[in-house]
Amino acid sequence: MMMREVAVIGIGITKFGELWDYSFRQIGIQAGLEAVYDANLSGSEIDAMYVGNMSSGRFIDQHHVGALIADYSGMASNHIPSTRIEAAGASGSLALHQGVMAVASGTHDIVVVGGAEKMTDVSEEASNFILNSAADQQWESLMGATFASLHAMIACRYIREGYATREQIAQVAVKNHLHGSLNPKAQFQKPIRLETVLRASMVAEPLTMFDCSPISDGAAAVVLCPMEMAHEYTDKPIKVLGIGQASDTLALYQRDDICTFPATKVAAQKAYEMAGLEPRDIDVVEVNDDYTISELLALEDLGFYQRGEAGKAVEFGETEIGGSLPVNTSGGLKARGNPIGATGVAQIVEIVTQLRGDAERRQVKEAEIGMAHNVGGTGSTVAVTILGVA
Amino acid sequence: MEVGIVSYGAYIPRFRITPIEIGRVWGQDGKAMAKGLYINSKSVPSPDEDVVTIAIAAARSMMRRVDIDPADIGALYVGSESHPYAVKPSGTVVAEAIEASPLISVADLEFACKAGTAGMQAVMGQVGSGMIRYGVAIGADTSQGAPGDALEYSASAGGAAFLIGSENIIARINSTLSYTTDTPDFWRREGQPYPSHGGRFTGEPAYFKHVGEAAKMMMERMGTSPADYNHVIFHQPNGKFPQRMAKMLGFTDEQLSRGLLPPMIGNTYSGAVPLGLASVLDTASPGDRILMVAYGSGAGSDAFDITVTDTIRHFNLAAAPTVASMLENTREIDYATYAKYRGKILMKG
Amino acid sequence: MPVARFWRDIPSRYNLYGSRCGSCGKIYFPTRHICPECRRSSIGRMESYRLSGKGKVYSYSVVHEAPPQLAVLKPYVVAIVEMDEGVRVTGQLVDVDAEKIDIGMRVEAVLRKIGDEGPSGVIHYGFKFAPVPD
Repeated sequence: MMMREVAVIGIGITKFGELWDYSFRQIGIQAGLEAVYDANLSGSEIDAMYVGNMSSGRFIDQHHVGALIADYSGMASNHIPSTRIEAAGASGSLALHQGVMAVASGTHDIVVVGGAEKMTDVSEEASNFILNSAADQQWESLMGATFASLHAMIACRYIREGYATREQIAQVAVKNHLHGSLNPKAQFQKPIRLETVLRASMVAEPLTMFDCSPISDGAAAVVLCPMEMAHEYTDKPIKVLGIGQASDTLALYQRDDICTFPATKVAAQKAYEMAGLEPRDIDVVEVNDDYTISELLALEDLGFYQRGEAGKAVEFGETEIGGSLPVNTSGGLKARGNPIGATGVAQIVEIVTQLRGDAERRQVKEAEIGMAHNVGGTGSTVAVTILGVA
Repeated sequence: MEVGIVSYGAYIPRFRITPIEIGRVWGQDGKAMAKGLYINSKSVPSPDEDVVTIAIAAARSMMRRVDIDPADIGALYVGSESHPYAVKPSGTVVAEAIEASPLISVADLEFACKAGTAGMQAVMGQVGSGMIRYGVAIGADTSQGAPGDALEYSASAGGAAFLIGSENIIARINSTLSYTTDTPDFWRREGQPYPSHGGRFTGEPAYFKHVGEAAKMMMERMGTSPADYNHVIFHQPNGKFPQRMAKMLGFTDEQLSRGLLPPMIGNTYSGAVPLGLASVLDTASPGDRILMVAYGSGAGSDAFDITVTDTIRHFNLAAAPTVASMLENTREIDYATYAKYRGKILMKG
Repeated sequence: MPVARFWRDIPSRYNLYGSRCGSCGKIYFPTRHICPECRRSSIGRMESYRLSGKGKVYSYSVVHEAPPQLAVLKPYVVAIVEMDEGVRVTGQLVDVDAEKIDIGMRVEAVLRKIGDEGPSGVIHYGFKFAPVPD
């Protein structure tokens, strides 16, 4: 239980994609300012900042981005604390959770949480090489396992166990590209066909280019405050109902069963318990579809489907907007884009947008409770967040 | 003290390329080349293989076939002309990989194609003198011929490892001698990627003179004649040279055939005579007598007179792949793949 | 990678040395100093343990997009191998045609080059897996 209830009162997000014109600091500031404007803040009310970022040190040769963002957002003159959080793909969610806990504990009142990654300032090969370091560098990457191939091995085993067909896995990409086509901030805005996924160039069998989330630049930010103060800033505060975080082995091969991420189950259980909710209470969810196969694991581990049922659910359209459980209405990591450190915060921005009823063409009807599920590595860090209309 | 072979292991990479395929690329008559050299295909190492990995594969097979404590191995020499490092021994990696380190003498040897047999002699001396209990001699190469050069049709990869000792000997080494002169028939200067050679000069004054003299001197020393040997193994830069040598000395094709591998794998350089011996031992019977003569350009020949013992009946040959099995499990590649695998394509830095 | 970082792990890289918990007997690869099952009671009781190198394919993928250092090998096969001791290990499969690989296929460890630090840098050797000959 949280000591103080926490609300999201502002959101901001840049366009995701190859943002050749913009630097790391520019996208970070753009998302942050949008969130601050959205929360009707002047800026001087901000007590602390948390920045989710995976690898600025290798992507742009710049560590210490907590101070960088504080400085260029004009906060350094106020000398507020600014902290960078890293947990590979889960960096953004962990930054959010740190912010939530800081507000809940009474340490801070107004907290800005940002997530940012600038991935296109290095070559594609270098970018992929950096992503491999989310796995076990010594005993996976160095052995020749790419991040995509680790997920391909999950898919290989998942198909062999009969949990889903190759086509059902590919359908995740079709669905998320359809959703992305409804999101003006998404990196990809064109629907694709199943054949396109299946016939695309092979990355790591059985996964093709269209089974993999892209290399992206982008940033997202949210503003948090105690629920009791939220109405001073917004008419539509969104309440943080539950958070959960869990860890697992760094290397995939160390798990007994690679067709499930136990950390997702544990993190979800914690979040459900804190919120006093069950899977059936969730109206809309953003899950960590860094690869198509990951979305199926997530839907089963979060308790929405029994094992072996998620693939069918995707095939039958249950997870589309208009289906019984719309999943990744933003387009997900697959189509909205996956600037690693920004992703967890971008998921929150999407859920808040849905719960506020501001999602326009991709709006889920009567969405009152939403969930975000964010993964670092191959299920080594998982963060789950449940939000609700206040 | 009796000194001989206690165990051995061989390794030949899986990939093959044919002279016909090489000739196709360079506008040469590959078919005639294959016939002239008596090489129908040559082995090609995978990009993740080198002398160290080949030596280790052979040494591990050698260790699997006997039950000895690797700590009892007192010396290990890797003979090659294609060590992956100019400075830093191949042998240390091998010793570590078979867990024979750290109390062991290790060195890399080079004497063109006879560095492996030179290692056998060095180890024999230490075992015979009681300095060490067991020693390992390995001959292995991943040799390169310059693209388009005649050598490209033969230069291949492979190796074999021999555990030398004085107990449980499967093949006794009755005697060894070397015949050495300064004859520059083939060389590679420091820093050069491909070797150079004296063309037809590599024949009569080099290979045939040294191999022939060493063989004759050995038979003279042992009081033997060609008819006393079940098998003869000559250095085999191609299939034709050893055939001609055998004929000149009075050996038959039958005596030569078991240890003649170039038709299938080409010239494995330092691995050539060791692999030929492994192939002979794979099917040898007690009492079989073997004359083995290595040749290294530059130039010298090491001759060995060997007798297979009764102990070979109990030798656990099946614990590791035989030469014959590695001649069967192959995959043919085209020249483009070969060029990629052998680093002949200029890559982006 | 600095020389020392690789050198330190040579026993694991060459000969698959892992750990065995002296408390519960469970085997791990690579080396661990704490058994995740026994935790405190395993401290000081983790023993060095050499895997046999034999096992079977648990899952695999043929990799078509890989870092430049592995470009010459593409496409290559990466696998999770379940060792006979029960512990799993990730490594490449070599000397096998991709279409012949299947889950459950018997393999054993071989030593290959797994990378280098450029043309003038040190060469890293380590285990990969090859099919066990019939």
